[in-house]
Amino acid sequence: MLELKNICFEVLQEGKVKQILSGINLKLQDEKFTVITGPNGSGKSTLAKIIIGIEKPTSGEIFFNGINITNFSITERAQAGMSFAFQQPVRFKGITVRDLIQLAAGRCCDEQKLCSYLLEVGLCARDYMEREVDASLSGGELKRIEIATIIAKQNTKLAVFDEPEAGIDLWSFHKLIRVFEKMHKAKKRAILIISHQERILNIADEIILISNGQVKKIGTRDEILPEMMDIVGNCKFYQSEDAVE
Amino acid sequence: MNKNQEHLLRQITDTIEPSLTAHNIRANGKSISRLSTKNINIIAKKNGTGLDIIIQPNTKNEIVHIPVLIDESGIEECVYNDFYIGEYADVQIIAGCGIHNDGTLASRHDGIHTFHVGKNARVKYMEKHYGDGQGHGKRNMNPKTVIEIEKNGFMEMETIQMQGIDSTKRSTTAKLAENATLIVKEKILTQGDQTAETDFDVNLCGENCSTNLISRSVAKNASRQIFRAKMQGNNKCYGHTECDAILMDQADISAIPEIAAHHLEANLVHEAVIGKIAGEQLIKLMTLGLSEKEAEEQIIHGFLK
Repeated sequence: MLELKNICFEVLQEGKVKQILSGINLKLQDEKFTVITGPNGSGKSTLAKIIIGIEKPTSGEIFFNGINITNFSITERAQAGMSFAFQQPVRFKGITVRDLIQLAAGRCCDEQKLCSYLLEVGLCARDYMEREVDASLSGGELKRIEIATIIAKQNTKLAVFDEPEAGIDLWSFHKLIRVFEKMHKAKKRAILIISHQERILNIADEIILISNGQVKKIGTRDEILPEMMDIVGNCKFYQSEDAVE
Repeated sequence: MNKNQEHLLRQITDTIEPSLTAHNIRANGKSISRLSTKNINIIAKKNGTGLDIIIQPNTKNEIVHIPVLIDESGIEECVYNDFYIGEYADVQIIAGCGIHNDGTLASRHDGIHTFHVGKNARVKYMEKHYGDGQGHGKRNMNPKTVIEIEKNGFMEMETIQMQGIDSTKRSTTAKLAENATLIVKEKILTQGDQTAETDFDVNLCGENCSTNLISRSVAKNASRQIFRAKMQGNNKCYGHTECDAILMDQADISAIPEIAAHHLEANLVHEAVIGKIAGEQLIKLMTLGLSEKEAEEQIIHGFLK
């Protein structure tokens, strides 16, 4: 279980202190599919980065399965069972899909197993295994490879996805949703997704609405929806997948 | 061959066993093993400065090994090897030099390789440079490659230096005839206070000839690298040069491309990127459980693979 206690995050902007997150308190239960949503600039991605260790909170504490991990490095958190899928997956020169999946899986995996991780995200291992994780791959392909690294990582107890819908086409998005649905069904790990997308909100066990760096409401889709409309109005937020760019 | 020499040979020729193919193994200034085959004749030059390697026309799928090994401290040599690749031949040439220096004197090998690639011939040339040893004596190498490719000829050159060479100046000049192609892939890693200079000068003379010069390098610690690539388009031709370098610690890298078009239909491109390892690349690998150092090693290993 992940627990955030009074997490605050401040940055200096043009000489002034700007509060990005103000006293976030959250508990994420094991095996639950949770979505954090909220308007742009509400602090969602920052919160994901704080959970995974890319950013350090200004104050507050993080507990993971009862251990205080506030001062853990990214590596220590990964070794403790956290995984993270980037909003913009990272590209590498010379590192192949095989290298990346193998690094994620550790030494335990045979060829068949490695291929199965790609298959789970709808990619044919024969076509992709030896390709470099570089600009020759499309946004959708990169996203799926990114997710495959999370499935491959054997010790994952909590998988965090930062806006998986960003930067991919509609076709790829439909396939991604199916991957998430499958992961949800398997209930092997807690899943935390930062998202605006209705289709993703629909499959969540719990939705956390964040606005102005604070938790506004926690509940199911039907409980959260009216609150969201109050905050952002009926604009780009909470629309069908047509909003995916 | 002693153990040091065996080790050097393994480092520069990988797993291939040279004694079964056409070869000349030079160790500490002398030829210790030589084999010519029906199609590949290896002859010592009369003045004793090197070898003539004559590959008959239509020779297919044969390999020539010309490794140089130095494990005596203080040896300094300059060797001239001339390769004549006959028309329609398709061969692989594996050269390279390994220096083991346990002493205090500098060891140096300057290898001047000239390639005459005949009409319609194809050559894959690989040279790997490697150094090791516990002594303070420097391990220096200055390979010079002179290439002439005739009509429809093709040459791919792969040059690799991964460790142990204190100073290197590599010069490659080439002249390409009609429809000829030259591809160069260079990979260099320097560390400590090593220096590596690369100098390409390719003359694209024949109609529709082309070249692609690709350099990937990593400079660690206080090492220094200079990459110069000059391409001259004298006809309807295509030339591309790319220097992609990762900079670390207090290292220093300069990339100096020069492209000169002397013909309206000469199409020449140069690209150069120098920068440190992207922070997000390190973070991605760290989220997979690697330490920062392990992540760095993986990124460099992939980059120079």
